[in-house]
Amino acid sequence: MRRASVLWPGLALACALAPAYADGVAPAREAELVRLVRQDCGSCHGLTLKGGLGPPLAAAALGDKPAAYLKYTILYGRPGTPMPPWRAYLTEADAEWIAARLLEGFPDAR
Amino acid sequence: MRANAAVIAAVLLFSAGCAQVELRGSGDLGVIVERSAGRLQVVDTTRQASIGAIAGLGDLSHASVVYSRDGRYAYVFGRDGGLTKVDLLRLRIERRVVQSGNSIGGAISQDGKLVTAANYTPGGVRVFDADTLEMLADIPATYGDGGQRAKVVGIEDAAGSRFAFSLFEAGEIWVADLSVPRAPKIQKFRDIGRQPYDALVTLDGRYYLAGLFGEDGVAMLDLWHPERGVRRVLPGYGKGEQPLPVFKMPHLEGWAMAGHLAFLPAVGRHEVLVVDTLTWREAGRIAVAGQPVFVMAQPDGRQIWVNFALPDNDKVQVIDTETRQVTRTLSPGRAVLHMEFTARGESVWISARDDNRVTVYDTATFERKAELAVEQPSGIFFTVRALRFGF
Repeated sequence: MRRASVLWPGLALACALAPAYADGVAPAREAELVRLVRQDCGSCHGLTLKGGLGPPLAAAALGDKPAAYLKYTILYGRPGTPMPPWRAYLTEADAEWIAARLLEGFPDAR
Repeated sequence: MRANAAVIAAVLLFSAGCAQVELRGSGDLGVIVERSAGRLQVVDTTRQASIGAIAGLGDLSHASVVYSRDGRYAYVFGRDGGLTKVDLLRLRIERRVVQSGNSIGGAISQDGKLVTAANYTPGGVRVFDADTLEMLADIPATYGDGGQRAKVVGIEDAAGSRFAFSLFEAGEIWVADLSVPRAPKIQKFRDIGRQPYDALVTLDGRYYLAGLFGEDGVAMLDLWHPERGVRRVLPGYGKGEQPLPVFKMPHLEGWAMAGHLAFLPAVGRHEVLVVDTLTWREAGRIAVAGQPVFVMAQPDGRQIWVNFALPDNDKVQVIDTETRQVTRTLSPGRAVLHMEFTARGESVWISARDDNRVTVYDTATFERKAELAVEQPSGIFFTVRALRFGF
């Protein structure tokens, strides 16, 4: 019961957001982004995103960090740390999509 | 007839049993990590083929491997803190412990009796009996006022049951003397530079070198003379230049030596740096296709092989060490993660994660000799590592 009550709002949210994905990120691009985050971000943050040289990116670890903060970090990096700016590979819409997915628990690669 | 069939079945079963434990050496074996599947492919580098798989090793993203000195057992360090001892001959897990929450790699002692794991969470080093994987010592990487723990990187074996490692956040190098394994003696070197991110020990086991992410230069400790302290080498490297973004941290494990020259990945520059190890000064730079990740010398030192971070991770470049020129650019597949040479270097195995493939190249002709289907391959580790310092 408890599980269901957590799941349904999530589904509802996903449905509500679906048109917004279509605007910014095409489904084929989504698959690329999932792979990029799992595999390439994963080289520092871990394949399961539980952290490595970089901090964990699991939803619980991110807590209440704002999506805009995550998006900015993805695009512009964190000077003074090894986190590079990804704006050469990611559009604003890509980064927004990744930030939103991270906050809700990132989808699996396979 | 029925009796005959039963006898034949029994004989077949018996011979199948024997085939599984075929009498053979381990010197030409190795493993390939299937990072997402948590599995190893065990490979025969003479037949250039997989001889079996071992599953159930947990999260193997960024896994690394060291070998027992007989080359029979591989110790696999998983990202999830798993330490698994696998038997390459019987193709099975011998022992497995989950020794921390998050691990980066490990090392094995000169005498083969101790295995150490470098951990991010909780930050520190743990020491295990190589036979039983019983934990013998726990070395927390505390720094500052003692309340914080640093992530440990670049753990390397040194002569005399010693291990050297670096503390990422603390900017320290520690040398642990484990002559009495349950009572480690720690020597700490502070202020060695900002954010040491990986390290290596030279082939003779003498010099421990830690790359610094937070500033220019390399921190070097002479393990013959630790009393002389850590000194900075390559001080001017990259000074005054705007570094490029680094989309994957370079690795120093394969820091390539050819004669008295060392070849290493620049950080934030599309260059391979040449260092004269007689003076520890820069002796040149070689422009390459991207941010180098692994810069590895063939065992004969004649050529250097380089792979790259995004977006150039579909290429491998080969450098001739005599002319210091890039002589070849190969395309082994998408997301090239690792390269490993056979003991004398007639072939190199290259993993291409996104093409689920490992390609075996002839290092003299660059001909593709074999291709193995491997699911998301990352690290490739041959048993020849058992015989070397720093591997």
